[in-house]
Amino acid sequence: MDDAKVQLREGYHRYTFRKILFIALCIALAIIAAGYAATLGAREIAFFDVYRIIFDHIGGMTYEIGSIGWIDDYVIWNQRLPRILMALVAGAGLAIGGAAMQSLIKNPLADPYTTGISSGAVFGVTVALVLGMSFASSISQYGIVLNAFLLGLAPVGVIVLVSRVNNASPATMILAGIALSYLFRSLSTLLMVSTDADTVAAAYLWQIGTLENASWSGLPLMFCVTAAGSLFLMFTSRQLNILTLGDESAKSLGLNADNYRVLCLVLIAVMTAAVISFTGIIGFIGLVSPHVVRSLIGSDNKYVIPASMAFGAMFLLLADIVARTVIAPSELPVGIIMSFIGGPLFLYIIIRQKREVW
Amino acid sequence: MHLKIDNVEFEYSSVPVLRDICLDVDGAQFVSILGPNGVGKSTLIHCINKILTPSKGIVTIDGNDVKETPLKELAKQVGYVPYTSGDTFPLTVVDTVLMGRHPHSRWKSLDRDLDIVYDTLRLMGIADLAMRPFNELSAGQRQKVMLSRGLVQEPNILLLDEPTSNLDVRHQIEVTKILLDLARKKNITIVMISHDLNIAAKYADNMILMYDGSIFAVGKPYDVLTEDNLRTVYGVDSMIIDDEGRPHVILRDSIEDYEEISRKAKNSGVSVPLADVHVLKSGFSDKIRMKAERKSGI
Repeated sequence: MDDAKVQLREGYHRYTFRKILFIALCIALAIIAAGYAATLGAREIAFFDVYRIIFDHIGGMTYEIGSIGWIDDYVIWNQRLPRILMALVAGAGLAIGGAAMQSLIKNPLADPYTTGISSGAVFGVTVALVLGMSFASSISQYGIVLNAFLLGLAPVGVIVLVSRVNNASPATMILAGIALSYLFRSLSTLLMVSTDADTVAAAYLWQIGTLENASWSGLPLMFCVTAAGSLFLMFTSRQLNILTLGDESAKSLGLNADNYRVLCLVLIAVMTAAVISFTGIIGFIGLVSPHVVRSLIGSDNKYVIPASMAFGAMFLLLADIVARTVIAPSELPVGIIMSFIGGPLFLYIIIRQKREVW
Repeated sequence: MHLKIDNVEFEYSSVPVLRDICLDVDGAQFVSILGPNGVGKSTLIHCINKILTPSKGIVTIDGNDVKETPLKELAKQVGYVPYTSGDTFPLTVVDTVLMGRHPHSRWKSLDRDLDIVYDTLRLMGIADLAMRPFNELSAGQRQKVMLSRGLVQEPNILLLDEPTSNLDVRHQIEVTKILLDLARKKNITIVMISHDLNIAAKYADNMILMYDGSIFAVGKPYDVLTEDNLRTVYGVDSMIIDDEGRPHVILRDSIEDYEEISRKAKNSGVSVPLADVHVLKSGFSDKIRMKAERKSGI
């Protein structure tokens, strides 16, 4: 009998080890992809030199201004690294948001935009571009970012209000989100049809999502919000599992389902808004990453959450590499590549799937 | 363990579902709740573990008001196994059952929890399914997994909503016997909603028969399962015979104009049960005090 017990323990630990291995693999691939991405560009820097330059920089190495070392350091650190880091953080943030959202509302079709964040953010950007109005004092890059961030949070604010007044079920909350999406979308469209072609193009491009505008200035906020949100979701992944059992069972296991769900919805909204206000709406990654992960390591959120994060980071970076190389020297918005590669890949996973995971 | 339900009422958007529920379950025992569909059995169970809050009255466990008890504390005392369970993103059997350990969870408790899970799976006879995905199991196996989840919670009171509805007869008897055994050995009070009158009659220490949102009859199987009671509550003609000291119901026919009769009965107030405290003593003692005197409704 004790043998059987030990067997179960060992079996379970092996099963867990495989999941951790998958996460480690994604992280390793992301690091390699990051090195490769840093070699792309006009100035040729070798793959292994990239890592050396980064380590030297972190180590506090300084170069004589104008020397080869200085130029390499400048190109890597100031031009290429911000974009790579932004791809990693954005990919991680959107994927984790999707994974959590799917469990929260028990729906495999959910993604981080399910609560209407994207339509609110688009409206914010359109207002900034078309009307020149912003929450920030000037219509610079920051005006757009701030508008996207604040108006992106508006739908989720309304959802929370509805749920407090109405004691709403998850389905009601999502429907409220959809209702608001239509409202914001119609307002954005109204603004867009009343302006010139260049502004429409700019507003439209923002909706596809690109990493072209990456810089060090946006990264700290994006990173901090994503890191804080991810840590919270990882530490409460057990609760997330319990929530998928349904509210009654969750309560009987000691989890206040309503409060936890609202808390997570708000958290995901802030994380997503912090990402997309810098990158635009990168679709698909939040929907697909958790599914890929589940098809490989099962549905336990304890591992789905960190694995989605690692996979999403790697996936968005790879998509960005393709976006930059496929018609080099010019480039495509990463959002297009994401959907273009992601669509068929997703289809393949669905068809190949033998075991039911959603 | 002492569960006390005092004058509880509940309404869904001002439609009364439960009325005048008074019940006193004293000591570990196996209690079966019977009654036709829509009579408020599940609602009553949900009022005990705070999934629903009664609109009137108070539920206490060992003297502590359930309303004032934090959910996580309550989850250590009261387990619940629902009628169905969603499987949107299914886990393995072990992970599913492990969730029952949530109220007790601490850092670094995984190996101990795994042992508890294994013991429980073995008790239910499904240890071989441990690493299988939950959604690939048969309905009966799933039900045993859900029961295991309720058991690893190590509650003093286990509430079950038709836990054997998907099992074949042999497994129904087997699971019911396991539950009875648990009540005895681990001093757990098991409150189980059941539609199988005969299995309930064979194993339950006490029975609660519900009718129209109230408790209609309560006590030992022989006190509850009478031909008159079944006619009033379920609208069936039956014959009760004795089987090893327990009543056994043989169903004869459904009563044709039952709905009209029961409506008349309700209007004349005959079938409104007395709001009295029904005390259910532990199954080990035979002393049952029943204050509810009841004349047959029809």
